[in-house]
Amino acid sequence: MSSLIWLPFLPLLGTLIPLITARLSRTACAFLTAALPALTLFLVLSHAGDIFQGTLFQASIPWIPTIGLELAFRLDGLALLFSILILGIGLLVILYARYYLSAKDSIGKFYAYLILFMFSMLGVVLSDNLIQLWFFWELTSISSFLLISFWGHKTEARKGARMALTVTGAGGLALLSGLLILGNTVGSFSLQDILESGPFIKDSANYPVIVVLILLGAFTKSAQFPFHFWLPNAMAAPTPVSAYLHSATMVKAGIFLMARFYPALADTDLWFLIVSLTGLATFLVGAYIALFQHDLKGLLANSTISHLGLITLLLGMGTDLAAVAAIFHIINHAIFKASLFMAAGIIDHESGSRDMRQLNGLWKYMPYTATLAMVASASMAGVPLMNGFLSKEMFFTETLHQASLGSLSWFIPVLATLGGVFAVAYSTRFIHDVFFNGEPINLPKTPHEPPRYMRVPVEILVALCLLVGIFPSLVVGDLLLAAASATLNGPAPSYNLAIWHGFNFPLLMSFIALVGGLFMYYSRSHLFKFQAQFPTSDPKLIFEGVIQYLSAKASRIISLTENGSLQRYIFFVLAFAVIMTASSLMKLNTTAGQRPEIPLDALSITCAVLLCISALATVIWHRRRVIALLTLSVVGLIVSLAFAQFSAPDLALTQLSVEVVTVILLILALFFLPQTTPKESSPRRVVRDLGLASLIGGVIGTICYALMTRPLDTISTFFTENSKTGGGGTNIVNVILVDFRGFDTLGEITVLGIAALGIYKLIARMRLYMPSSDDNGLAWSEDRHPILLAVISQSLLPLALLVSAYIFLRGHNMPGGGFIAGLITSVAIIQQYVAHGVVWIKTRIKLDYQIMIGSGIGIATLSGLGSWVFGHTFLSSWFDYFYLPVIGKFELASAMAFDLGVFLTVIGATMLILANLGQLTTSERPVQKEHD
Amino acid sequence: MEGLYAFCVGLLTACGIFLALRGRSFSVVIGLTLLSYAVNLFLFASGRLKLNAAAVLGQSEQYSDPLPQALVLTAIVIGFAMTAFAVILAMRARADLGNDHVDGTIPTQPNPTARKSGGSQ
Repeated sequence: MSSLIWLPFLPLLGTLIPLITARLSRTACAFLTAALPALTLFLVLSHAGDIFQGTLFQASIPWIPTIGLELAFRLDGLALLFSILILGIGLLVILYARYYLSAKDSIGKFYAYLILFMFSMLGVVLSDNLIQLWFFWELTSISSFLLISFWGHKTEARKGARMALTVTGAGGLALLSGLLILGNTVGSFSLQDILESGPFIKDSANYPVIVVLILLGAFTKSAQFPFHFWLPNAMAAPTPVSAYLHSATMVKAGIFLMARFYPALADTDLWFLIVSLTGLATFLVGAYIALFQHDLKGLLANSTISHLGLITLLLGMGTDLAAVAAIFHIINHAIFKASLFMAAGIIDHESGSRDMRQLNGLWKYMPYTATLAMVASASMAGVPLMNGFLSKEMFFTETLHQASLGSLSWFIPVLATLGGVFAVAYSTRFIHDVFFNGEPINLPKTPHEPPRYMRVPVEILVALCLLVGIFPSLVVGDLLLAAASATLNGPAPSYNLAIWHGFNFPLLMSFIALVGGLFMYYSRSHLFKFQAQFPTSDPKLIFEGVIQYLSAKASRIISLTENGSLQRYIFFVLAFAVIMTASSLMKLNTTAGQRPEIPLDALSITCAVLLCISALATVIWHRRRVIALLTLSVVGLIVSLAFAQFSAPDLALTQLSVEVVTVILLILALFFLPQTTPKESSPRRVVRDLGLASLIGGVIGTICYALMTRPLDTISTFFTENSKTGGGGTNIVNVILVDFRGFDTLGEITVLGIAALGIYKLIARMRLYMPSSDDNGLAWSEDRHPILLAVISQSLLPLALLVSAYIFLRGHNMPGGGFIAGLITSVAIIQQYVAHGVVWIKTRIKLDYQIMIGSGIGIATLSGLGSWVFGHTFLSSWFDYFYLPVIGKFELASAMAFDLGVFLTVIGATMLILANLGQLTTSERPVQKEHD
Repeated sequence: MEGLYAFCVGLLTACGIFLALRGRSFSVVIGLTLLSYAVNLFLFASGRLKLNAAAVLGQSEQYSDPLPQALVLTAIVIGFAMTAFAVILAMRARADLGNDHVDGTIPTQPNPTARKSGGSQ
C-alpha cells in the first residue's frame, strides 16, 4: 500500500505552503494551508471502510535492514482514530487561528510550525518501527517547543516552552533507551514483531526496565503526576496551539504510546501498579488544582491533566473493557476540550482577559458563545446526553470491577467519584463564574460575539459532543471498535454504547458526582479560604531554580578544566598522550630486537653530536630568537645529511631546499615579532615542562629504537617490482608519489595550495606596525641591496633554473621530481627578491602565484582525468618510449604531466607565502621613513 | 648506529615539546619545527636504516624501503606549509591582540627583572 507512505509526508510538504503564501491574504493563506491536511484526511478516511472490516495496512521502505532501520508505516484502528483526531481537529484549529492571531503575528510562520507539528504527530501514530516512532516523538517535542514559544517576546512563553522541551525531551531519552532495550530483547525493531511477542517480553528479565523507561516517556509527554507541571506553563502559547496540543495531540501522544504497547507490556502487576496509581494520582491532583485556578486556560490545563490521568488509570486497569473505555474517553476528551479551549480563546480575544475574577456575566454580551461553552463544559462534567457522560459511566463501571488492590480495592471507585465531584465543580465554575455571577469587573474591552467563522470550529465540535452523546454507536461505534481491537491486538470485548443502562451503581456515582460537585462549587468561598492557608509554590520557580543550579554547577566544572589557556591545554593533551603510549610500551619485554645494528662511524657520531648540541642550543637560547633560528637551521641541515646518509637522496634534497625556504620565512616573520622572548615561565613550570618533554622524548626514542631493531615486514616489494613495468620509472619514491599513490599527492598539493591561499588572505588584512628599530634601539640598515649579492644572484638565476629543470626531468628515474624542482626554483626566485627587493622584481618577474597554484592543481587533476578517456581508472598513468633523431630514445609518461602540476603548485604556494610576507616589509617602508 | 639515531630522535622530540609548551608564539613555532624534524626522522626510520641503498632501480643490490620515504617527502612539504601558517597566525594574533602570547593575553605574574635581562642582551 504505497499511498500509506504519503500520509505523513503530505503535511510535511504542506509546511512550505504557508511560508510561500503568507504574503497573500490571511484567508487565502489559511485555506491553501488547509488543502494538504484535508487531502490527507480524505486519504485516511478512504481506508476507514477496510479497517473497520479488520484490514491492517502496512508499507515499508528498507533503509539499513541489517540493523533494523526502515521507513515503515502502519494504519490500523488505533492509528486511524488518532489520524482522524490529529487531522480533523488540526483543520479546525487552522480555521480558528486565522481569526485568533492578530495582524502583528506572522501567520505563515505559525501555520508552518503547526503543520510541522501535525506531520510529527502523524508520524508517531503511523510508525511501524520503534526507532522511527521515537524520531517522530522527538520531532513533536521540538515542533511543540516552536509553537509554545511562538510569542517569544514574552518571558513566560520562553520559559514555558523551555520547560516543556526539557521535561518531554528528557522523557524522550528515557523512551529511547526503553525502546532500544525492548528492540534488542525481542530482536526486532518492527512494531508488528513487538506486538506479537507480548508474553515473551513480559517473561524476560528486562521487562521491569523496559516498562519503567517507556512509561517515563509516556508520563512526561502526557503530563502525568509528578511531571504534570509543564502543561499549565505551556499555556503561554497562543490559544489555538493550546487547543491543538492539549486536546487531541501532544499530550495524547503519551496515552497513544501506552495504548500502542498495550498488548506487549500491559496486564502485569507492575504495569497495573505504576500506570493505574499514577493515573489515579494525576486524576485527583489535576482536578483539585483546576478548581482553584483563576486563569481560564489554567483551569482547562489542569482539567486536561486530570482527564489524562483518568485515561491512564483506565489503561492501567488491565481489563479489556477498561481499554475500550480509555479509547472512548480519548475521543470524547479531544472533542470537548478542543472546543472549550477555543471558547476560552474567544472570550480572551473579545474581552481582553482570562481572569475569572474579572470575567463575570458575559452571557449578556455573547449568549451564543456562552451556549456553546456551556454544552462543552457539561460534557466535561459528565452530564447525561453528552459524550463525556458515556465514557465517564464506563470509567465508573470499570472502577467497580477492579480487584487488584485486594481488600483495599474499594478505594478506587470512591476516589474516582471524588475526582468526578471536582470535575463537576470546576466545570460549573467555568460556566457560572464567566457567564453569570454579576457584572464584568474592569475588562480592557467591551465583550462581544466573535467573527462568524471563528465560531464555526466550536460549533462543529459542540455538535459532535451532542451527536456522540445521543447516538454513540451510530457516530463512533465502528471507529471505537476498530481502535479498541487494534489496542488489544485481538477482538474487542462486547460492550453496549447505550445512553441508558438502567438504575445501577455507576449511575449513582454520576449522580453523587453531580450533586457533590454543585455543592462543592456552592461552598467554594470556604474552600478558597482553606486553600489560601497553604503557601503557594510555583513549579516554574522551582524548575528554574533547579536549572539555574545545574547550569551553575556545570559552569563551575567547566571553569575548573577550561581556563582558556592554550598553553595549559596542550600540556594536558601531551601528558595524556604519553600516559597512553608509555603504558603500552611496558608490555614490550625487551627494548632491542633481533635485527643486527649498523656499526657506528666517526662521521655519523660527529654529525649526531652536532645535531644534539644545536638542538639543545635552540632550547637554551630560545629567548634570543635570531640565535635560536640559526641553531635551528643547523639542525635542519644535519637532518638532511642524515637522509642522505641513510639512502634517501630525495628526502635529503627536499629537506635542504625546504630548510632554506623555512629560514627565510621565519626571518621575515621575526621582523614583525619581538626579537626576544621575555622570561616569564615560573621555575616550577620549567621543571614540569622539562619533565614532560624528557618523558615524551624518552618514549619516542624507545619506540624508534625498538622499531628499528626489529625485522621489517614491508609492503613495498610491490612498489619495487612494479615501479619500472607499471609506472615506467626507476626512482621508486617518485613513482609512488606520482603514480601508485598519486591520489594522495593530489590531495596533498591541494592542501598546500589552500594553506598558501589562507596565508595570503591572513596577510592581506594584517594591520601590523612596522618596527623602526630592533629591540636594542638600533635603526635598520639603510644599505638595502648589496650590489655584489645582486650581481651574483642575477647571474646565478639561469643556472639555478637549469638545475631545477634537470632535477624535474630526471625525477622519474633518478632522485628529483616535481617537489624538489619546485622548491629549488622557489629558492632561486627568492634569492632575486632578497638581492633586489620586491619593487625591482615586480617590474621584471610577472608571475601570478595564485594562478600558478590553480593551474598546477588543474594540470595534475586533468592528467588524472585523462585516463578516463582511455577507459582507465582515475590517475592511472600511461607511458611509452619514443625515438627522435639526435636525442635518441626518450620516455613520455602521463605521470610527468602530473609531476608538472606538483611542480607548479609548489612554486606557486611557496612564492605566494614568501613574496607576500616580504612585500609587507616594503610596502609600508616609505611611511616608516617619514617617522625616522 | 640505531641507538644513536633513536637518541637523536628522542632528543629532538624532547626539545620540540619543551619549546612547544612555551608561552610565546615564536617559541612554539620553533618547537613545532623541531618536532616535525623528529617526526620525519621517526617515520623515515620505520623503513629501517640502510647504507648505500637508494630506492632507485639498478643502483644497488638491495633497496631501502621507498614507502616511508615517499610519505616523509610529502610530510616535509606539508610541514613547511604548516609552519608558514602557524607563523602567519602568530603575526596576525600579535597584530590583532597586541601581544604574542599563545593564550592571547599575557598572564598576570610579570617578572620585571627577567624582562629587563632578556631585553638587554
